[in-house]
Amino acid sequence: MMDLIGYAAFFLTAALIFSLITLGLNLQWGLTGLFNVGLAGFVAIGAYTSALLTTPDDPARLGGFGLPILIGWLGAMVVGGLAAALTGYATLRLRSDYLAITTFGVAVVVQLVALNAQPLTGGPFGIGFIPRPFGGLAETPLLFNLSNLAIVLAVTLAAYLALEHLSRSPWGRVLKALREDERAAVSLGKSARFYRVQAFAVGGAIMALAGALQAHFIGFIAPDNYLPILTFQVWVMLIVGGSGSNIGAVAGSVLVWAIWAGSGALTSMLFSPEQQARAAALQIVAIGVMLCVILLVRPSGLFGDRPRRLRAAKAAPSAAPESRGP
Amino acid sequence: MSLQFVVDGLLTGSMIGLGAIGVTLTYSILRFSNFAHGDFMAWGTYATLAAVSAIGALFGKVAPIAPLSFGWPLIVALVIGMAFTALLALLLDKVLFARLRRQEQAIIVVMGSFGASMALRSLLEFIFTSRPTYFSRAIQIAMPVGLGIRITPDQIALLLLTAVLVLGVHLLTTRTQTGRSMQAMSQNPALARVVGIDVASVVRVTWIVGAALACVAGVMIGILVQIRPFMGFDILLPMFAAAILGGIGSIPGAVLGGLIIGLAEAGAVQLVGAEWRAAVSFIILMAVLFVRPIGLFGVRER
Amino acid sequence: MNEAVLDVRDLEAGYEPGVPIVRGASIIVNKGEIVVVLGPNGAGKSSLIKAIAGLVPISRGKVLLDGKDVTAAPAHTMVHLGLAFVPQTENVFPLMSVEDNLKVAGGILERRQAPARIEEMYAMFPDLARQKRSAAGNLSGGQRQMLAVARALIVHPKVLVLDEPSAGLSPKFVSMVFEMLSAIRKSGVTILLVEQNAKAALAIGDRAYVLVEGKDRHEGVASTLWDDPVVAELYLGQRPLKREAGGAA
Repeated sequence: MMDLIGYAAFFLTAALIFSLITLGLNLQWGLTGLFNVGLAGFVAIGAYTSALLTTPDDPARLGGFGLPILIGWLGAMVVGGLAAALTGYATLRLRSDYLAITTFGVAVVVQLVALNAQPLTGGPFGIGFIPRPFGGLAETPLLFNLSNLAIVLAVTLAAYLALEHLSRSPWGRVLKALREDERAAVSLGKSARFYRVQAFAVGGAIMALAGALQAHFIGFIAPDNYLPILTFQVWVMLIVGGSGSNIGAVAGSVLVWAIWAGSGALTSMLFSPEQQARAAALQIVAIGVMLCVILLVRPSGLFGDRPRRLRAAKAAPSAAPESRGP
Repeated sequence: MSLQFVVDGLLTGSMIGLGAIGVTLTYSILRFSNFAHGDFMAWGTYATLAAVSAIGALFGKVAPIAPLSFGWPLIVALVIGMAFTALLALLLDKVLFARLRRQEQAIIVVMGSFGASMALRSLLEFIFTSRPTYFSRAIQIAMPVGLGIRITPDQIALLLLTAVLVLGVHLLTTRTQTGRSMQAMSQNPALARVVGIDVASVVRVTWIVGAALACVAGVMIGILVQIRPFMGFDILLPMFAAAILGGIGSIPGAVLGGLIIGLAEAGAVQLVGAEWRAAVSFIILMAVLFVRPIGLFGVRER
Repeated sequence: MNEAVLDVRDLEAGYEPGVPIVRGASIIVNKGEIVVVLGPNGAGKSSLIKAIAGLVPISRGKVLLDGKDVTAAPAHTMVHLGLAFVPQTENVFPLMSVEDNLKVAGGILERRQAPARIEEMYAMFPDLARQKRSAAGNLSGGQRQMLAVARALIVHPKVLVLDEPSAGLSPKFVSMVFEMLSAIRKSGVTILLVEQNAKAALAIGDRAYVLVEGKDRHEGVASTLWDDPVVAELYLGQRPLKREAGGAA
């Protein structure tokens, strides 16, 4: 029984960290319509920044600086937000695809730095000994897991409430208006771009915070944690939950993480160790197909508010329907 | 600094350039960035590999053509692989992209391509595992051609093949009615319909050309490096960067962009080490976006 | 009895389902005529001819071309059926040369016919012949309009449909465009055009319709329509204007 509660707490903690990333993505995509296919990069930036700031001094690499965990998290948000702001600044005056390609590139480069900049990131072996909140409780796993859950819950809840507030504020309404009409958003020029850069930066900061939380929750990070598959998982979570809805982002994350963890457990039971890699590949295929099916069948997800654009209502003839008739 | 990097760069650049042609065509005619393009490459390569094995099983061992490492089976298999890749792209368009396009939000199509990319790649990993394979394990002797440069017969053949294909596609798009229709679609889809162009057939040609060239690029990687399920995904960023550097919609631009990135990568490998290779295309991409987002041969979007 | 090349009956059309912009318009264009559609801004003139050309979804009514029902024909087949459309703006492919613009339109002709037909167009529009290698985007406004018309004529259309051919042109070019249309009609081509510039259009037109709020409200002989009191009220009396949806593409 205690084991079960412990596992539930562990599972929920992981799921809520994903929820936090998904909330950040929802601000960028759901509210603002900015397509980030490199979010794993921003999560990694947060994780590495916080690890660098809070780990004890290590002669093999730069730092760590042994700072308090909270400073680490704050630092993660600042660096992640700055990285996102820079990416947004470079691309948001162009068509949305350029942002997608650039964020994809950011993830590639962050991965590269994590792997190769040994003096900064520890290289392929990553960074260990990341201080854990309530590390003193580690002797009693249940209490430790529950206290971790409490922290992650509190942070996620705070982010959720803040985002709900933001999306109803005038700021959020401007973002939604810009999302609906990219042409207008581009023609409005600098001020519109500034709004979008802000949204992208705040989203990036939230993702970085999630990365930091996860690093301190596990106590160890390595480049492998931040492969494109992470980006992909979070996207599926948001689309399943329904982009545009914060509650959907959280629900989608918990649901998809449950499916992921469940099917992972199932494959490890059903397949021999040498077939594990293959089974894991099949798991990704299934999730990829699921994403496409949801996009085709129910683009608004479980809770989404993203309205289907009125058919060519105000668009140029180039967007007019292909054939005529009712 | 040895001039060898020129040969290496031209070869890498050819692969990137051939792939970037598909990226640039999809972007300018279907109006979305196709994240699954790299996976077309990988699928085409594995299809070619499967065809080579099938031919081997049917006809026994075939001697390679004089100085090259491969014989006619690979050439035939490549054609089969190209056809297969084109069919794969058409199929994916039918079940996924065409339907997503009807939602009239380009970025939804991009997202679909991202999902398809993950699924396609992992399916390859499931079927063939992630272990690298090769078309041939024979080691070729590189011939010195002066200035400290060495080149293998395979490399010469592939560079020539690239030149022929690029010229062919260039002539197709500029000198034929099909090509003019493609240009028309990319410049003004509504007017294209008014002048009687069947959008569906232009879309088909676009997929066929892009996918077939992706297959060739993949097989080149297979011959010169190795075959892995991730081979296409790993070259995706250089392909996007090449298409944007060359100017979206421009085929000569895509090829030139690919060659520039290939040369820059090869130069960087000599100067700072192979592990930083992947950063080169990102740096070039960012520089283009800041300095000249329409690329070398691009035109301002209407 | 005149022979109707284009017969539009009680047409209802609009971009969004349930929100028609054209609300029951009927128009007949007889062989060899120039028919002008006039109307205040927002009357749905532009949407009407785009619907005829297959670019705006039709929810009710019929379009007959040479007696054949083409109501449901996709836009790209209209030119094969004999209806050539010249949009108001963006009516050439700007990055293609003048010659390629003509070639791409000539694609629906038989392969052997196309080059000769392009030469005929050059003979009709010597300006275009002089500029055949330049990109269409670099032409002047009037030349661009010329190219758009030549591109439409190349296929020997039964009817040539133009959306405000004089829009955005300087007065010198406006009269040039109308002279050109007049000459084209003399060569036997039937023309339907929508115009803001009522006076100039009526001067070359045979008959005219006045479209108000998506319906044809008045029809008459072009030369006398200008003095018709009903037209003065409907058209010149200009009620408060609505923006014509989809009109300013």
